[in-house]
Amino acid sequence: MADTANESSFVAFERVQKSYDGENLVVKDLNLAMPKGEFLTMLGPSGSGKTTCLMMLAGFETATHGEIKLDGRPINNIPPHKRGIGMVFQNYALFPHMTVAENLAFPLEVRKIGKSDREKKITRALDMVEMGNFGGRRPAQLSGGQQQRIALARALVFEPELVLMDEPLGALDKQLRETLQFEITNLAHRLGITVVYVTHDQTEALTMSDRVAVFDDGRIQQLAPPDQLYESPENSFVAQFIGENNTLEGVIKEVKGDTCIVQLDSGDVIDAKPVNVSKAGERTKVSIRPERVEYNKDRLQEGAHTLKAEVMEFIYMGDIFRTRLKVAGKEDFVMKTRNAPDQVRLTPGSQIEIGWLPDDCRALDA
Amino acid sequence: MTDATAGPRPNSDAGGKDKPSGPMLAADGTSLKSSLARSMRRQKIKALLLVAPLLIFIMITFIIPIGQMLFRSVENQIVSDTLPRTVVALDSWDAESGDPPSQAVFAAMARDMVVATELNNHTSLGSRLNYETTGLSSLFRQAGREVDDFGEDHTDAFEEIDPLWVEPATWVTMFASDNWVEAHAEWAERAEAAGFGFDELPPPFEFSEGVQEPLPRTSAMFADFARVLRVEDEETPAEEEPWNIVYLSLYEDLAADPSAPSAYDGETRALLEEALAITDTMGPFDYQAAFEEIDEDWLGYDLWSTIQTFSPSYTPGYFLASIDRQLTPDGVEVVDDDRKIYGTLFLRTMVMSLMITFSCILLGYPVAWLLANLPMRTANVLMILVLLPFWTSLLVRTSAWKVLLQQQGVINDLLVWLGLVNDASRLALINNQTGTIIAMTHILLPFMILPLYSVMKTVPPSYLRAAKSLGATNWTAFWRVYFPQSVPGIGAGSILVFILSIGYYITPEIVGGTKGVFISNRIAYHISSSLNWGLAAALGSILLALVLVLYWLYDRIVGIDNVNLGG
Ligand SMILES: Nc1ncnc2c1ncn2[C@@H]1O[C@H](COP(=O)(O)OP(=O)(O)OP(=O)(O)O)[C@@H](O)[C@H]1O
Ligand SMILES: [Mg+2]
Repeated sequence: MADTANESSFVAFERVQKSYDGENLVVKDLNLAMPKGEFLTMLGPSGSGKTTCLMMLAGFETATHGEIKLDGRPINNIPPHKRGIGMVFQNYALFPHMTVAENLAFPLEVRKIGKSDREKKITRALDMVEMGNFGGRRPAQLSGGQQQRIALARALVFEPELVLMDEPLGALDKQLRETLQFEITNLAHRLGITVVYVTHDQTEALTMSDRVAVFDDGRIQQLAPPDQLYESPENSFVAQFIGENNTLEGVIKEVKGDTCIVQLDSGDVIDAKPVNVSKAGERTKVSIRPERVEYNKDRLQEGAHTLKAEVMEFIYMGDIFRTRLKVAGKEDFVMKTRNAPDQVRLTPGSQIEIGWLPDDCRALDA
Repeated sequence: MTDATAGPRPNSDAGGKDKPSGPMLAADGTSLKSSLARSMRRQKIKALLLVAPLLIFIMITFIIPIGQMLFRSVENQIVSDTLPRTVVALDSWDAESGDPPSQAVFAAMARDMVVATELNNHTSLGSRLNYETTGLSSLFRQAGREVDDFGEDHTDAFEEIDPLWVEPATWVTMFASDNWVEAHAEWAERAEAAGFGFDELPPPFEFSEGVQEPLPRTSAMFADFARVLRVEDEETPAEEEPWNIVYLSLYEDLAADPSAPSAYDGETRALLEEALAITDTMGPFDYQAAFEEIDEDWLGYDLWSTIQTFSPSYTPGYFLASIDRQLTPDGVEVVDDDRKIYGTLFLRTMVMSLMITFSCILLGYPVAWLLANLPMRTANVLMILVLLPFWTSLLVRTSAWKVLLQQQGVINDLLVWLGLVNDASRLALINNQTGTIIAMTHILLPFMILPLYSVMKTVPPSYLRAAKSLGATNWTAFWRVYFPQSVPGIGAGSILVFILSIGYYITPEIVGGTKGVFISNRIAYHISSSLNWGLAAALGSILLALVLVLYWLYDRIVGIDNVNLGG
């Protein structure tokens, strides 16, 4: 799935830069290649340039530098209406003065598709999003989720090969969001369309996508399938941005092939896996997922380094226990344990020792 | 709530009748509906109090004047108020016979005229009737100067019989009640004591018993005499010799019924009996001849038919005049072609207002679009430019157009300089319809731009983007998606501009010449120059009705919910 840029890709950003004001680069050197049929999500904090990228692809903004290619052809000079890209907007942008059916007919009419064909396609698209009976309604007479479905149907009705979605579920409640997430991915895979999806919500990104591009500061920080992104973040931004994460700072003492030894600022020494550090003496941030922290010595490797920890707080969350620890002078170290019959409930104030497998502790850039 | 204190009764008390759901009861046992109504009532009163000042203000400054205008456009009491006797007497006159009315009508007219002249009402009546038939105004003014001499000879004859007849006291003794004499004496005393600046009206005249019956004409006339003296001069019959027409009336009373003096048993009975002799020496007064002597037209058909036609208290005459019609004894007639103006004016007002509205849309739409889509800072500067006209006097702006548009003005100079127009054939841009349209479009443009802008501001740019992403060209996206959503703004702006321009007055007056003026200019003319307020009111009412009809049509065609006046 994770093709490289060299392969003949469907959508390609090549060294794209964008500045709105001629002073600040909002997008800095963006390189991205997507094969046909991929569901790619752009994830990143607010203002990181996700919408800008989408708008450049759709043709509403022009790249200041670099080239955007669609199916091998540069599209910098093609106006938006000729790109044939479907788009779903965050506020749906359903035309309020037209009925649902008219909204769906719009892209077909401007393409001069005959009436009978048009009606067939509209019916098909509405059935696809399970809104077959709503053709005569006005957008204002629909609920948010229904409007979202119609917006989706409208973006798909003219059978584009590429569909862009800018935070399409942002305004919906959690339950509806989850239903629609499922429906959207399902549809996309069934129709074989290529989707670029923008979201703030990492769960959404992780559950829906083939690959996730994590944006920050106008650059892609990491482009990888969800599991890789979570388990092997390549830098500390990604590690912190995706999922919950414990960070400890220190200096590399020694690198031995696949593992390294890190001396924390508190003086303690731990095992870690070097990711983007190479030699002793470099500063590093090590990242450990809360669920990979272990306090049961039996489960740790022979001779592994351990850290002393004091239990600060124990939170019962149903399926898991969440324990806040004081580790190496930091009080926000979190450990998550599964609610199993043999699991001990730690009491605040008790002293324990914690450790982890060296592979679960990644030494990243400082 | 007859049973408010008793509270809800237990169900078992219902006497076996099965009543599962009575009215819902509130905590204190009263019905929920009435306690809701009670709690709402206080809120309603509060709300009413809050709007009361505005409501009163609008009532006084808007509703009442409009009501008065509507009333004035049909009101016509001046004829029957000023000529009460004549209107009654004329009732039996058959206008179609072609003959002048009978002596009785002329006699009534003489009496009415004397009273009207003393009250100075005859000229306004003359002007009123002059709206309908020209020339009547001067007829009335002229007659006003002469009627007080009618019956002079009879007065002299009475004086000859007994000089007491020219003594005011004689008349008071004959007609006044003791009551009045007493009240009058007291009033005179107070006036004496107060001296200068005393402004109490004398007591209203009261007849003594048994005088009105034998002398009906005289007492009626004397009553008028006393009334006019009282309200016009603050005087009383005790100091003034009666009008000639009173003597004439007495003569006619005596001539008609020689037994009148014997039916009267007052102090002056002897005097009256003595006066009977006058019927032997003097003949009856020929009113018709007397009027004819003033002017032959008094015998003409026009005057009397006009009075007869307009004697009712309410008339459709003003409204008919507003649509170039005229009320004649034969019914409604179209006025002569050379007097037809209002139909043309109404039509011109409508057509030109439409043109102004249309040019405002054409010019305002792009500007509003720019305003709504430019970055904030630039848009603000542009907005100031749009609002600038509001901060300049209307007169200044209109006069500026005069300077710009005249034949030797800036625009013509520029066109000649550019070679677009020959110096000999400079364009006539002012004092005609072109001038009115140009100046009014400029003045009313902000009223189009502002609602348009406020609507466009609420149309998110994502609609246009969505349309384009769906494959629409720029034009299609605008026309099918953006434009329909700006229609409420166009509607609001058009209503504002159209209604404002339909009643506009200053600008057409200054730049419109004769060809470019509106109906409102004519209304203003009737209000301030010709003083024909009835016609002005009728024209105004028609204008109001037209606006309402157009508003209704607009609602039917476009739908008034489709209007967004901002927000
Ligand atoms: N039209 C514009 N003119 C000037 N600057 C802009 C414009 N649009 C976006 N920016 C700037 O570009 C940067 C990136 O904006 P962008 O909308 O791409 O962010 P984003 O990643 O989509 O954020 P969010 O998640 O909040 O939607 C921001 O700093 C923003 O202020
Ligand atoms: Mg965005």
